Formats: sequence, C-alpha cells, structure tokens
Amino acid sequence: MRYAFYPGCSLESSAKEYRASTVLVARSLGIELEEIPGWICCGSTPGHMSDKLVGIALPAHTLAAAAKMGTEGVLVSCASCYSRLRAANHAVRASEAFANQVALALGERYAGDVPVYHMLEIVAKAAAAPGFEEKIKRRLKGLKVASYYGCLLVRPPDITGFDDQEDPQTLDRVVAALGAEPIAWRHKVECCGAALAFTHADVALKLSGEILEDAKSSGADAVVVACPLCQSNLDLRQRNIERFLGIDLEVPVIYFTQLVGLAFGYSAGQLGLGKHMVNPVPLLKRRGIHV
Amino acid sequence: MARIGVFVCWCGSNIASTVDVKAVADAAAKFPGVAHAVEYKYMCSDPGQAMIRQAIADKRLTGVVVAACSPRMHEPTFRRLALSAGLNPYFVEMANIREHCSWVHDDRPLATTKAIETVKMLVEKVRRASPLEPIRVPVTRKAMVVGGGIAGIQAALDIANAGVDVILVERSPSIGGHMAQLDETFPTLDCSQCILTPKMVDLAQHPRARIYTYAEVEEVKGFVGNFRVTVRQKAKTIDHAKCTACGVCIEKCPASVPSEFDCGLATRKAVYVPFPQAVPAKPVIDRGACLWFTKGRCKVCEKFCPAGAVSFADKDSLVEETVGAIVVATGFDLIDRGLYGEYGYGKLADCIDGLQFERMLSASGPTGGKLVKPTSGETPKTVVFVQCVGSRDDSKGLPYCSRVCCMYAAKHAMLFKHKVKDGRAYIFYIDIRAAGKGYEEFVKRAVDEDRVVYLRGRVSRMFEKDGCVIVKGADTLSGQQVEIKADLVVLATAITGSEGVRDLAGKLRIGFDQYGFLSEAHPKLRPVETNTPGVFLAGACQAPKDIPDTVSQAGAAASKVLGLLSSPELVREPLVASVDEAICIGCFACENTCPYGAVEHGLRKDAETGLEVEVAKVNPGICEGCGACVPVCRPKAMDLKGYSEEQIYSEINALSGRLNVKG
Repeated sequence: MRYAFYPGCSLESSAKEYRASTVLVARSLGIELEEIPGWICCGSTPGHMSDKLVGIALPAHTLAAAAKMGTEGVLVSCASCYSRLRAANHAVRASEAFANQVALALGERYAGDVPVYHMLEIVAKAAAAPGFEEKIKRRLKGLKVASYYGCLLVRPPDITGFDDQEDPQTLDRVVAALGAEPIAWRHKVECCGAALAFTHADVALKLSGEILEDAKSSGADAVVVACPLCQSNLDLRQRNIERFLGIDLEVPVIYFTQLVGLAFGYSAGQLGLGKHMVNPVPLLKRRGIHV
Repeated sequence: MARIGVFVCWCGSNIASTVDVKAVADAAAKFPGVAHAVEYKYMCSDPGQAMIRQAIADKRLTGVVVAACSPRMHEPTFRRLALSAGLNPYFVEMANIREHCSWVHDDRPLATTKAIETVKMLVEKVRRASPLEPIRVPVTRKAMVVGGGIAGIQAALDIANAGVDVILVERSPSIGGHMAQLDETFPTLDCSQCILTPKMVDLAQHPRARIYTYAEVEEVKGFVGNFRVTVRQKAKTIDHAKCTACGVCIEKCPASVPSEFDCGLATRKAVYVPFPQAVPAKPVIDRGACLWFTKGRCKVCEKFCPAGAVSFADKDSLVEETVGAIVVATGFDLIDRGLYGEYGYGKLADCIDGLQFERMLSASGPTGGKLVKPTSGETPKTVVFVQCVGSRDDSKGLPYCSRVCCMYAAKHAMLFKHKVKDGRAYIFYIDIRAAGKGYEEFVKRAVDEDRVVYLRGRVSRMFEKDGCVIVKGADTLSGQQVEIKADLVVLATAITGSEGVRDLAGKLRIGFDQYGFLSEAHPKLRPVETNTPGVFLAGACQAPKDIPDTVSQAGAAASKVLGLLSSPELVREPLVASVDEAICIGCFACENTCPYGAVEHGLRKDAETGLEVEVAKVNPGICEGCGACVPVCRPKAMDLKGYSEEQIYSEINALSGRLNVKG
C-alpha cells in the first residue's frame, strides 16, 4: 500500500512528534508514505476565510500533484488539512464553473478524483483487520483515555463523511484495540477554539478548558487526539487554561499515532513523547506501561 | 356533412388589441366544414350568446367553436347555451386565443397566425366529436371518517347533526386523539379535556353516528358515492356488550408496559383503557403485552371479571361498510428525538418532548399535574424550551414550520411559571410565529407577565452533567454564546404525518408528500378536497395545524361531504375512457396504468368460437379521464371520450398542414 503523504505545516514544526509517530506506525503497518513533491499550504482558516478560490486552489494544487503519483490516495495526519483537501475535492466536483476557475488559477485541471484519507481512517481499518493483534508488543491495559475528535474530522458531514458527526466511535475502537479503555464523555466533538486562539484567547481558553475538565471528571488519564491544532491548544496552553479557570488539570494530550506506536513497542524518544508540555511519561509509568 | 360555426371574441381589447379578430374569422370561414364565422366584442355577454343561439338555429349548425378565453373560464357557459339551443354540449369547443395567445404575445401578425391555427385545430376536433351524455351515479347517503381525534370527531358530529349517517373508524381503543393528551390550550388556557370530552360523548351517543374503535381501514373499493370500505375490527378480547367497565381486570392484570397516552412517562396494564375519560370507557387487551398471549399463562382477568366479558377466543373481524364519502382525519406524530445527536440522541432522561410535558402538566397525568425532573422527582427550577427541533431544519430534512410550537412553547413556559413561582423559563426560538387571533397577545403575556426569557438562536448541544442538562446555544441578538444549566429541557419536536398514513393513502388512492402529509387538490381553492373525488381531508393529516384551524377544516370537510350527499345521484362529465370490447385482448396493461383503479374485468363472448374471454371495462364512476390508459393499450381498444385519438391526431395534423385524416 503506497500513499501520497501530505504533512502540512504543523507536522513540519509544532507537531514534529506527530509526524515521527505517523511515519513509524505506517512503517509497522506496511504502509509506504511518499511525500507529495512541491506540496503547499492546505488553505486552512486564513486562506478560506479570505477567499473561496484561494481556499480551494491551494489544496487543489497539492492534490493535482498527488494525482500524478499513482498512489492509493493522499494520506494526511492533520484534521485541518484533511478538511481542506476534502473540501477541495467536494468543491471542484460540485460545480463545473468553479472547477474551471480553479483550473485557470492552477494552470492545470484537477478533477477532484484523488481520494483523501486521514491517518486515523487507515489505522482504524488496520486495527479491525486480522494480524493487528500480533503487532502489539505492549498492551496499554489500565490506561483510560478520552478519544477527542474535535470539529474538523467529522464536520461538515457531507464533506468529510467521517463517522457519526455527534457520537463518532472510530478512535474509540482504535484505542480499545490497543488494550486501553476509551471512556464515555461528552466533549468528543466539541470545538477546542483553535481558530480563536490568537484573536479571542479567552474564548479559546474556556472552550479548551471545558474539554479537559470533562475528560478528567469523566475519569480519563489522558486525552488522545488526531489533530495538531487540538493538541497544541489543549497541551501547550494547559497551564494558561489552569490559571484562567483557576483549576488543576495535568491531563496529558497524546497523538493517537503515539499511542499506537507505544503499543507497537516504539520508545518514548522515537515517538517524541518528551515534546509535550504535560509530560505523559509519569502517567504511563503509573499505569505500568514502561516506555 | 359538418356545419360548424366559429365565433371569434374580442374580449374587449384583451384579444382584439393583439389579435386581428376579423382576419381570424375570415380565415376560419374557409376551413373545411365551417358554415359560419363571425367576430363580436363580447361573446359571453347576453347579445353574444343570443347571436350564437340564433346561428345554431338559422344555420343549422352541427358544431360550435368559440375562439375566446380559456375553457376553464367559459366552456360551461357556452356548453349550457348549446344544450338550450338543442345541440349536444360536447359539440362545443373553446379555442383559447386569450390566455394562450393574446395575453402572452405582443407581435400582432404572429399572434393572429397563432389564433388562426388554434381555431383550425379546434374545428378539426369538433368535426370528429361525438354526442355525449352526462354520467349519473347513485349516491349512498352515508359517510366515513377515518381518525378519531378532534378533526375526526368534529367532522363526524357536523355530518351526523345534518342528519346523515356517519361511521368513525379509530385505530386506538378510544377516540380523543392528541387533544385528549393536552393540558390547557392556547391562547385562552381553557382545559383541553373539558372542551373535548363533551364532544366525544355527544358523538358516541349520537343516533346517526357509529364508532369503531381499535379498528383500521383494511381495504377501500368503489368510488365517489359508493365506496366499499372493509374495516378490520381488531380483537378487543373483552366483550363490550357484557363488560360493565368496573375495572377489576385492569386492577388485577400483572403485565405493565409504557403507556402510549402518557408518552412513556407512566405504565399501563395489558388490559387497559387509555385514559379515564376514554370513549368507550371499556377496556381492550393488548395482545402484545398480555401474558396469556405472549407466554401462555395468566388469564387472571378472566378469573376476576364479574361479568364474564373476557373472551380469549375473540378474533379480528372484517366488516364491510358502503359509504358515499370519506373524510381522512388521521392527525400527526412527533418526529423521533433520536434524530438529534447533538441533543443526546433522545437518551437524556431530563429532556422530554412537548407532548410529554403536556402529560406532566395534566392534573390527570402520571404526576397528577406536578412538574418533576424525571431523574430525581424534584421540582425543576430552570426549564429550557427549545423550538424548531426538526422544524425549519434542512439538515434534518424537515424544511417546513410545524406551526403550533411557537404557541405551545409560550404556553408551556407560562404554565411552568404558574406552577413554579420562583422558576426560570428560557425559550430558544428562530422567529416567533404568532399569527392567530389572540396569539401575539398571548406570547407578549408570557414575556411581560410571566417573565419568560426568549433567546433568539438555536441550541447547538446538550449533555448531562452533575444531574443537570447543560444546554449550549447562541443568543444571536446579543451575539453571545449561552450556556444554561437546566433541570428540565422540553423540545418542541417537529410534526409529521401519522404513522401508517402512507399505507392508508395508497388504499384511498390519494397523494402525500415526503413528510407524510396528505395532499389537497388545490392549496388555495380546494384545500379540503383530495384528487380522488369523494375523499376529503381534515386536520393535521394535511399539514401541521392547531385546534382552531383543525376544527374549521373539519367543518369545511363535513360541509363538502354534505354537499356531495345532498342529491340522490351524482352527475359527472362523460369525458372518460372506454374500451372497444371487440378489439380488447385482455392484457390489462390499462389496469396497471390506471391511477384511480377504474379498470375492471368483464367478459365478452367471442363471436366466432362462442367462448367467453376476459376484457377490460372502465367504471365511468371512477374514471377521471386522465387518458393514461390510452397510449398503453396495444390493440388500440381504449379511447378517451371527448378527446379521442382521432380528434387529437386531427388537431395535430391541422397544425402540420395535413388535413386528410381517417374519418
């Protein structure tokens, strides 16, 4: 299985550990990732909020490049990139006239026919297939996690088509396949406020705080995420949130690929667990998971 | 030899300003078969009509073409005129040179040419017309009402009070419908049961009314004036002739299931009367819940019944009733709250729907009129009412307004505040639609006197936390996010057609939309009729409706029924299909095509062999003259009177210039 890999800006910078763990997990699952040559910005918030054509032409450029690679499709780890790439496919397929506009902007025609997969979809499929159990070297028994999907994986449903938009289960099933316990909680698809992190920090802190608070009070040891924006909002700002809300949280926020990597036997160093602001290693040790 | 008169109307300047009417008359005079052609300022006026009458006599006309307005306007006028002048009315045709020509064109020469061609077509049609006689159908002076809610009760009462026999068929064990579930009604806050139950009793005791409860329509045959309806009387398992309604069986029955009447907030027994004021007040046994029917043991009710009324051997029975007209009054259902994932997929115990809240408010309800939080039994202090749950929500596929929710949400909030003085009531709304008499004042009263807080916006999510329901929404007027910690949430869920209504519509051959609402024949001018003659609509089965509108429509439906049944026979236009039995091969493609079920099976003796063969027959009482059967008939045995194949083809040929057609 060969996929055109689209890292996006976060995986190049603030979420290097997401990239490292994505690559390791893909390798263990026998998935070949080939980076899309010349990939550019996915057109997320600043792009699509300023102009629809810019918001679609940017991801369409990358998708057009991926179309020439002859792979299974594009694999992406960032939920925001995923949303934009999917939106591009949707938009050029929905309107011939708009597809023409995009073609003029790109200097080439993109038909919207390259499938876009989130890494979580690929891992969930593998976890449900025979042979996954044998890959697990380290069962994550005793670890209670809150599966956090955020907003962009599941919405808008006619663009992403990712699981049930109000009560998705994909990530919960992956977590359970690793031996960990996915807890029932209420905020799995709530917005973390990432888009407002700079302009309305108070809103973002409140929204993120509610997510962490609910996860903790529902009995989770950690929050598992599939989006670098959610991760940085919940992890990087956790101290601010604690101060803002006057509460004590100390909830590690881990990428699902890191969790899968742990189960596959990779070390904390390989998976970049040390890069988080809330260090998950002491928690793992407490739960008898030696990394 | 045809002697046709063509009468071209100016319609003042309506036609004459765009069409050269003189040129039309002159051209028509030269068409084959035309014996007389004139123009006049107003053909429909008395002098105009006199002119036509005179010409029919003087020129011995065999047909008339009036080139004027739409046949929907004056065809009956000129056909009546022909009849009085001794000419069969079906030898009169209208050439529509107004709506189809002068009103829609501005090029005078082109419009004149079009008018001439239109007249030419109709002349050809009249040349091939046959004399037709109106169809007379005897009428059964009795009506059926399907559904025993307020709509059905009102329609049945109005019909019975006019001296016409009426049969009401109700699916549940009692009449009363949703209105019986309600506590107080907007905008006057009068008690729903107090105004409904007298009507229920009136109907039950009416000498002209017969009520089938626990019964459903099984099959409908026949047609307007003579419907033959098979009613399935479900086995009540209690002989109502012997039962004294003492209630011992109910007391002793060990099997409990959620009560439909109390919307699941309480239980009922397997042998039950849905509510204390039920009509009839005698119980039935729900065989799906009864231990004898499900597990083969018990029969406690039989042991204790002092009247020996319990009959486990009772079976469903089929009763055939012949009626002249049918009123459908099947009411509504609320959508399933499970549709709303963001509101917990209907699984939050402290989140209920409007009907459940009504039951809680009701003094005869499961809580005796006390408002309680279902999870704890405590009095709720903060209640959030959410309007438009499903209604006006394209994302759930329900774009329409349910019409009653604005009013009942205001009423609910008001009644809550009356019961819980220190309570706080919030209503999330999109717009307030309070367009009825006294409605706006009622909403204002909720705001001004009862201090109900209206928040304009939708609720995005709700979830349970610390024994409360956290309601998150937007207040779009202040641009703020709102979060309310509610003890109870009441959802004004959307109204849809009632369960099973599509099935019933199929039996009655009436239309319905994708939401399960039955289709009226015309949204403005025929709002209680359906496209099937003799079948009428009343109440929320047609569209969401409140009680005043439902009662009005029920009265309207009843008056339509009474009008229909007021004469001993129905007179119908003879423009129906007919079969040439000598050619029919009995394939019955027509039967499969007919949307009205008008094709029947008949027998014909084969002339050569003397053998009897099956042929199609059209029941002229049912046939609507749509003509769908004509093109599917392989041997061309089917034809439509007044629009025969020959007439239609000759009209087309007249247009294409080939005038030599068969006949």
